[in-house]
Amino acid sequence: MEKQLKYAGKSGSKKIVIAVTALNAIDSPGPGVAVIRAIRECPDFEVRIIGLAYESLEPGLYMHDIVDKTYQIPYPSSGTDTLMGRLIHIHEIEHIDLIIPNFDAELFNFIKLRDQLNDVGIRTFLPELAQFEARDKIKLYEFGKKHGLTIPRDKIIHQVKDLTEAGEKIGYPMVVKGKFYDAIVANTLEQAQKAFYKIQAKWGLPIIVQEFINGTEINVAALGDGEGNAISVIPMRKLYITDKGKAWAGITLDDVSFIELARKFVKVTKWRGGCELEIMQTADGKPYIMEVNPRFPAWIYLTAAAGQNQPAALVKMALGKKVEPFTDYEVGKIFVRYAWDLITDIREFQKISGTGEL
Amino acid sequence: MRLKKNIATSEEGFIFNPGTGDSFSTNEIGTEIIALLKDEKPQGKIIESICAKYDVDQNQFEKDLDDYLSQLKDYTILE
Repeated sequence: MEKQLKYAGKSGSKKIVIAVTALNAIDSPGPGVAVIRAIRECPDFEVRIIGLAYESLEPGLYMHDIVDKTYQIPYPSSGTDTLMGRLIHIHEIEHIDLIIPNFDAELFNFIKLRDQLNDVGIRTFLPELAQFEARDKIKLYEFGKKHGLTIPRDKIIHQVKDLTEAGEKIGYPMVVKGKFYDAIVANTLEQAQKAFYKIQAKWGLPIIVQEFINGTEINVAALGDGEGNAISVIPMRKLYITDKGKAWAGITLDDVSFIELARKFVKVTKWRGGCELEIMQTADGKPYIMEVNPRFPAWIYLTAAAGQNQPAALVKMALGKKVEPFTDYEVGKIFVRYAWDLITDIREFQKISGTGEL
Repeated sequence: MRLKKNIATSEEGFIFNPGTGDSFSTNEIGTEIIALLKDEKPQGKIIESICAKYDVDQNQFEKDLDDYLSQLKDYTILE
């Protein structure tokens, strides 16, 4: 049965108050602005959007047709108590109905705070901690083995000398990856050692050494209801990739194998919320899951444009509504990202920097 | 040798493979060949049709058609 919202909106209106993070719409963008754009386009509800920002120059802060009000929040390293304190303060002012966090690094804290947030009337729609941790890069191969998903072979290493054995096991070329970010293809032991030191200096240990899979990269945005059903699955191929490996243009695809793979992932994990599967399809058509991002991707607005508005469906489910799985979407829908110089004023920058609000 | 069912084509010679996201442009003759493939015409019929319509040496066209079809196959446009 649908639960009544504790708060109908700030001044008795029917607006749903949604707080969204990751407003850094930069060259390596966070998904926040795209999530809000999709939510605002849904005709089924009206919203007031509260931006939650870490830095003063996240572009979304200054996009006043996207974000109604912004508050700075503490960095994830500050811990859950500090974050909860800040969220309670914002909640007292804004009466937040739902928070949609969109950064990998902050998800652990929000998942930990889920019950506490719920107690004060703030909904979330996030995976369980076990689901969240199972798809971690470090555990992905074992996870795939357990559930019959094809994942490249890997080895977790803590010392550079372990590369010799890893090379014998995995073979060259291999991919040397950081715990959180970065991946370097190494063709020889010497290249692998160089990559190890470079990534260790940036992201620390351990280092993941992964089998190199040659093929076409496909990304899939999926939304799970937490009961094993995939409410929406949209596969996309990057058409233009930046030097940071981010999609600057992409197109929706019609390929049942990617959709089935994502459905299987959602089913075995009982995934709740949005996620992105990074898939490499080999020349013989075999799809390997390279990574699973536990949140919506930055290109999530394409799902709305193609006819499956995943962020809006998440809002409905978070508020207790039953959402039927989407069945159709438009194939060949293209997004092309662009850069735009948003002009603001020193007063706005001063306000967010000085008071933590805008 | 058949065109994959989901391949989208236009009269202007644009070919879109929705399975891979690839798109291609082909010339006028290529567009005609694609249209014949779409109608499930066998290779012999395609040769017959094009040679009847254009002043072209049949041996030369057969070689060119082989090249074209193998290109289409490489791009997973043909089944």
